[in-house]
Amino acid sequence: MEPTFPSLIPLLAVAVSLAAVPLILLSSSRPNIREFWTLGAAVAKFGLVLALLPQVLAGRVAEARLFELAPGVRLALKADPAGVFFALVASGLWILTSVYNIGYMRGLGERRQTRYYAAFAVCLSATIGVAFAANLLTFVLFYEILTVATYPLVIHKETDEAVRAGRKYLVYTLTAGVLLIAATALTWQTAGRLEFVPGGFLAATTLSARTVKALFILFLAGVGVKASIMPLHGWLPTAMVAPTPVSALLHAVAVVKSGVFGIIRVTGFVFGPRLMAELGLNTVLAGFAAATILLASLLAFREDNLKRRLAYSTVGHLSYIALGAALLAPAALAGGILHLAFHATLKITLFFCAGAIYVNLHKEKISEMDGIGKVMPWTMGAFTVGAIGLAGIPPLNGFVSKWYLGLGSLQAGRAFALVLLVLSGLLNAGYFFPIVRRAFFRNGSLPAHAKEASPALVIPLLVTAGLSLGLGLYPDLFFRFFRLASATAASVFGGPGS
Amino acid sequence: MTKFLLGHYGYWFVFLLMTLGFYGMVVKKNLVKKLIGMNIFQAAIIMFYLSSAGKWKATIPIVDPAIGTAGTARYIDPLQHCLMLTAIVVGVATSGVAYALLITIYKRFGTLHEDELVERMKNDLDME
Amino acid sequence: MTWIWNNSPALPVVLLLPTAIAIPLFALIERRLARWLALAVSLTTVGLSILNLVKALSLGPIHYHMGGWPPPIGIEYVLDPLSAFVLLVINTIGFLVLVHAKKVVDREIPESGKHVPYYAVAVLMLCGFNGIVVTGDFFNLYVWLEIASLSLYGLIAVGSRKAPVAAIRYLILGTIGACFYLLGLGFLFTMTGTLNMADLKAILPAVGHEPAVVIGLGLIVAGMGLKMALFPLHGWLPDSYTYAPSSSSALIAPIGTKVGAYVLIRVLFFIFGTAYVSKTIPVTTVIGWLAAAGILYGSIMAMAQTELKRMLAYSSIAQVGYIGLGIGLANPLGLIGAVLHLMNHAAMKALLFLAAGNFRAVLGHSDIARLDGSTRRRMPWTTAAFAVGALSMIGIPPLAGFFSKWYLALGAVAKKHWIFLAVILLSSLLNAVYFFRVIERIYFARTESTAAAPRTEASASMLVPVLVLAAALIGLGLLNAFIVKGVIGKIVTSAMF
Repeated sequence: MEPTFPSLIPLLAVAVSLAAVPLILLSSSRPNIREFWTLGAAVAKFGLVLALLPQVLAGRVAEARLFELAPGVRLALKADPAGVFFALVASGLWILTSVYNIGYMRGLGERRQTRYYAAFAVCLSATIGVAFAANLLTFVLFYEILTVATYPLVIHKETDEAVRAGRKYLVYTLTAGVLLIAATALTWQTAGRLEFVPGGFLAATTLSARTVKALFILFLAGVGVKASIMPLHGWLPTAMVAPTPVSALLHAVAVVKSGVFGIIRVTGFVFGPRLMAELGLNTVLAGFAAATILLASLLAFREDNLKRRLAYSTVGHLSYIALGAALLAPAALAGGILHLAFHATLKITLFFCAGAIYVNLHKEKISEMDGIGKVMPWTMGAFTVGAIGLAGIPPLNGFVSKWYLGLGSLQAGRAFALVLLVLSGLLNAGYFFPIVRRAFFRNGSLPAHAKEASPALVIPLLVTAGLSLGLGLYPDLFFRFFRLASATAASVFGGPGS
Repeated sequence: MTKFLLGHYGYWFVFLLMTLGFYGMVVKKNLVKKLIGMNIFQAAIIMFYLSSAGKWKATIPIVDPAIGTAGTARYIDPLQHCLMLTAIVVGVATSGVAYALLITIYKRFGTLHEDELVERMKNDLDME
Repeated sequence: MTWIWNNSPALPVVLLLPTAIAIPLFALIERRLARWLALAVSLTTVGLSILNLVKALSLGPIHYHMGGWPPPIGIEYVLDPLSAFVLLVINTIGFLVLVHAKKVVDREIPESGKHVPYYAVAVLMLCGFNGIVVTGDFFNLYVWLEIASLSLYGLIAVGSRKAPVAAIRYLILGTIGACFYLLGLGFLFTMTGTLNMADLKAILPAVGHEPAVVIGLGLIVAGMGLKMALFPLHGWLPDSYTYAPSSSSALIAPIGTKVGAYVLIRVLFFIFGTAYVSKTIPVTTVIGWLAAAGILYGSIMAMAQTELKRMLAYSSIAQVGYIGLGIGLANPLGLIGAVLHLMNHAAMKALLFLAAGNFRAVLGHSDIARLDGSTRRRMPWTTAAFAVGALSMIGIPPLAGFFSKWYLALGAVAKKHWIFLAVILLSSLLNAVYFFRVIERIYFARTESTAAAPRTEASASMLVPVLVLAAALIGLGLLNAFIVKGVIGKIVTSAMF
């Protein structure tokens, strides 16, 4: 285990946006002040997480051990490499999303903005809590809070369609939550431990193979819904009815990445590579992941609604990460973790573009997007960057994570995974490039006054696109993502259960 | 067998009463009859307690100069009687409350028959 | 001061009973005194309950001999961690509900001549509940039980037009329950010769195998099960909760069923012992299965309801099932879950019924179909508190409801009772269905009146208890480890496992 030192910073990082919530609620009549609280909380949160970076890179983990949640289990937050990685992604992208939010919500004149910003703040608090959770019970606590806090955002538009989507979302996520609670209770009662340990702690216990397999199924179902592993993915395309920034941050970064982060925690820090290999659990996970990658990429072709196509693309890419965890090779895990961040920057770019198109031109369907590149060159330029990155083409960051996933699949002796990744890349290109082609090389009917979207919308998407390029050229740019990912992989594969 | 039946005749009596009372409470539709059944049921339980207080060849628990205070086996147990005084009072109070409710029900709905009551309640316009 | 310390076990009852009688007398002088007296005595009992809990935890079980008569001849009051804990829960919830009661009583009981007796009867009911929890004598328990029950019937009957019918039904069924209890006690008394709980416990091993003892236990369980609304003895509950005034519902739902559960726990785990009730005679198994059925039945029926109070009534049947399930598991974790849920559900249900009372007071109704977004606009605090209560019932951490389910789940896993575990988890989802239906309507249903609705939040006396309970749910959830280790742990160690 890494040496830990007590620190309140993980707790502060979680709490800062919660503290902003009453301030947001109280300033509902003064939008600028309200947005100031959101941006302030976002910057403060990111700053706090960044403050943890030097220590964790030096190999020292900040730990905030609080009161007991239940006898024997504490509410504990730990800033280990994986946690800091995820927290950086979530909190950093929140700043950009908040700027984008302001442009989007004001551009559309949306109602109930106070509820919107307040719910966002709670969601991010819960996401950082998930990232830093040091044991399964703390993880479950923040995971469930995340579920409940995203609900008002999914049904924000309050149309019948939105309410139905919200209900579907709750059915999926609450059922998964219940299974996760069952798995945690079972683990606590039979194994007596809930702390995340690199390399897993279940191997050291004397559980029967049947119990371990049952636990794995329960855990997989529990985190698999948010991770959108098929067939548990059904809520994600339906949830695209939410405003685009919600889809962008929550359903491309926070919620789904919490699910896939849960898979990493469960496979690497609860079960461990050795136990997974012994009982063939990795094959189960790899099978579902592979099927999801393939099917999602194929289903994406069918969607004419841009956001739904992006949703299916997300489903596929999330399973890249799950596959990375399932291959049981250090490079694969590192690649998967990297993809958590890199897919986030790329996908958020694409969603930002989709939102800008909606605000500017009120277009949602791809078939109506002929020629928009002429009017919104910056937006579609960034879209092209995102599409190239998701297809896994250098020099973008999507290629880097894919490279390591491929390396890992060879390391694990599973060449089929490499083939699958290449195939999926081609499919990605297949369903994204026609959009680019339509936008730039076809002429469509556009209103005369159409022009590029407002700076509040365009700047964030240019930043994320640029970041994707920068990270592709130098993966350790700014945040040392590569070092964090490889440190996590090393700890998982060097730990007790490996 | 006969010894069992005859020897426990007190309990059979109590059992019979209880059945009657229960029958009244459950089967009868008229609310007053239900309450009468309830009273019978309570009386049966009181009888049950009292029957457990009796002893062979024993007299009432007031000191008899002939027996004195040493021969406790010659006096029946007074404890159950005291408890049952309380139980009787409880029964009276319950009946009082119950009949007060019945008067209100009759005033409001005009009937004390269970099925009629349900009918009239359904038709009654009430804000719930 | 030392006099209070020495006599604290008996003081709650000794203060409540005369106050109940005094209220109508004082109200002759000044009508408002009725409410103030009720509040004052209730607050005093809260203080005494805290004192009792401290005493019981630090000094160990306290045996207080009424009138100085030693048991088994005299009646004794026993303060052990369980009774002190339940006492505190009952009195605190009772106080908060009484604070809330004023506006409800004003609105929902049209005849003003009934207001003063209402407070008197409410205090009498609290007196009965206090007595049930504190007493260490079985027959004394019966007396307090009947006092509480009769007061309860009265409190229900002053509601809407249909209330007396609900009350008479409850009266008949409740009396059957009490009679069963009395009959069962008769069997036990005949076989053991004592009415004192501790004495009975000592004598039981000698006569435990006799059929009469088994029947006695069965009858007591049946009687208390009826009081507790354990499925299938729940028939009286929906109508009673619906037609009673909101304050009465808020008094009986969190507290009334809990005393039944307390008696069951006391009898099963502290007098007969787990070995007897789970292995020799599988009473706890039966209770467990009935409770599981009740959980599912209550949750499913709640989903079909159109009126808020009725929905909460069926929900209560399900929640009492959780406590029954904890009893049915018959292991330490199950008991922790049951006792913790006793407290958590009392807080949650009180919150929900008081919030429903707020809705009725401001909106004039509590039909779910008629609630819409304007509810949130008009009563943001009550709606928010209601949402907190709903989330706690569903079992979202860190609210209190999650942790009762956590311990029950652990208890089910410990006994490898997978069906019970599945029931616990499935019911969370069912709870989510019917609660989110309401939350959807009050937060998101848009009607023309939404934008125009003015802010008419409930008055302070109605709002403050609701907010206090909502905060309590968060606090009880976060601090549950402290409560479990400090108080409930002591309860479990003194139980007979």
